[in-house]
Amino acid sequence: MAFEKEITLTLNGEAVSRRIDPRRNLVDFLREEMQLTGSHVGCEHGVCGACTVRVDGEIVRGCLMLAVQADGAVVETIEGVSDSGEIADLQAAFVERNALQCGFCSPGMLLTAQDLLKANPGASRDEIREHISGNYCRCTGYQAIVDAIEKVGRQRRGGDS
Amino acid sequence: MKAASFDFIKASSLDDVFDAFDQYGDDAVIIAGGQSLMPALNMRLSAPSHLIDIGSVPGLGEILVTGGSLRIGALARHREVASSPEVAAHAPLIAKAMPLIAHAAIRNRGTFGGSLANADPASELPACTLALGATFNIAGRGGTRQVAASDFFQGLYETAIGEGEVLVGVDIPVIQDGEKAAFSELVRRSGDYATVGVAAQAQVTGKALSNVRLAFFAVADRPLLAAAAAAAIEGRACTAEVIKAAQDDLGRDLAGIAGDVHTEAATKLHLARVLLGRALNELTGEAA
Repeated sequence: MAFEKEITLTLNGEAVSRRIDPRRNLVDFLREEMQLTGSHVGCEHGVCGACTVRVDGEIVRGCLMLAVQADGAVVETIEGVSDSGEIADLQAAFVERNALQCGFCSPGMLLTAQDLLKANPGASRDEIREHISGNYCRCTGYQAIVDAIEKVGRQRRGGDS
Repeated sequence: MKAASFDFIKASSLDDVFDAFDQYGDDAVIIAGGQSLMPALNMRLSAPSHLIDIGSVPGLGEILVTGGSLRIGALARHREVASSPEVAAHAPLIAKAMPLIAHAAIRNRGTFGGSLANADPASELPACTLALGATFNIAGRGGTRQVAASDFFQGLYETAIGEGEVLVGVDIPVIQDGEKAAFSELVRRSGDYATVGVAAQAQVTGKALSNVRLAFFAVADRPLLAAAAAAAIEGRACTAEVIKAAQDDLGRDLAGIAGDVHTEAATKLHLARVLLGRALNELTGEAA
């Protein structure tokens, strides 16, 4: 750990400072050093989306960003957006529509869905599919996930569920 | 897997970058968005001793029109390029390609210059810059030199960027009145690298096309301009017969077409011909 760097970031609303090895990627930092294990590690090369987190308000791959690059950033994980209630409706809809089984993809899927619905609650099923195309789910076959996201979009637009 | 150990240098100026290259030579590698480098590090395909992060170097992320050119800074993120009104107005070919580059989470980090400097032959932007006749601005200790797109891509992940140099931006001739752009690719999954793709731009007069530029990607170790196919169309009305002739001639342009682990060369050539037809119909406003 000869190359350690000091980083300071805002993590789920709290200021955090740590000394880290530069090769440590963001999702490993969150899981191993901050004990935030809601973000998952799947492919480690940007294909599966299980490690999705938010940096400065935008979703990114936690495995394709170094923790040292998050110095000064605002980082939010599934724990943060769950605790704040920001995605409570999405989580309820995922349960109701059986949009998860093993749950491995769910944190990334929820953050990606929220990223879409924040910008475009009227997203069509095709637009939903396109936006979650970078998030693998090996259980559901995706239909139930699209159902759940579409339902929440309708709710947020003030329609019935 | 996990990346091998390296030291991390946060550059705050181009001089910092040149200093690091002076000190560490080609053991040092530039990181910007990291969306191609990080997978290579994680898989230990790349194991540099030092990463030079250029993300904080000022002035490299601008998108602006100067004279007859649209300048896109190397650090402009894909998301910014995709939503830029200047890009949509002056380089619609780039705007059409942007949504097909990877996924939203990757477009939020990946940079315009990073994608070009990486020079993956299956990626979208190299072909766009080739079709548009873009100029690459490469900075070194002694100043900035300009390289044409046709000279920039030199092979599999190989570019004209020399030792101690850094790509700082690209100048793209703005689209002219009457010119139209078309972009088409085939992928196994939305957002994946292309099986085959084409970036096209031409002057459109009714059904007639002129000054036709067709750049194919994922067909060789670098993007290729299809000169024979373009010549078959040049100045002619884009009828079914003319499209067929261009599709036939495309075989000469792509004579060295290479297959990959998923797709044989013959299949790629067939798909390239299909995409050529679609692109020409898109240019003339015909439904594909």
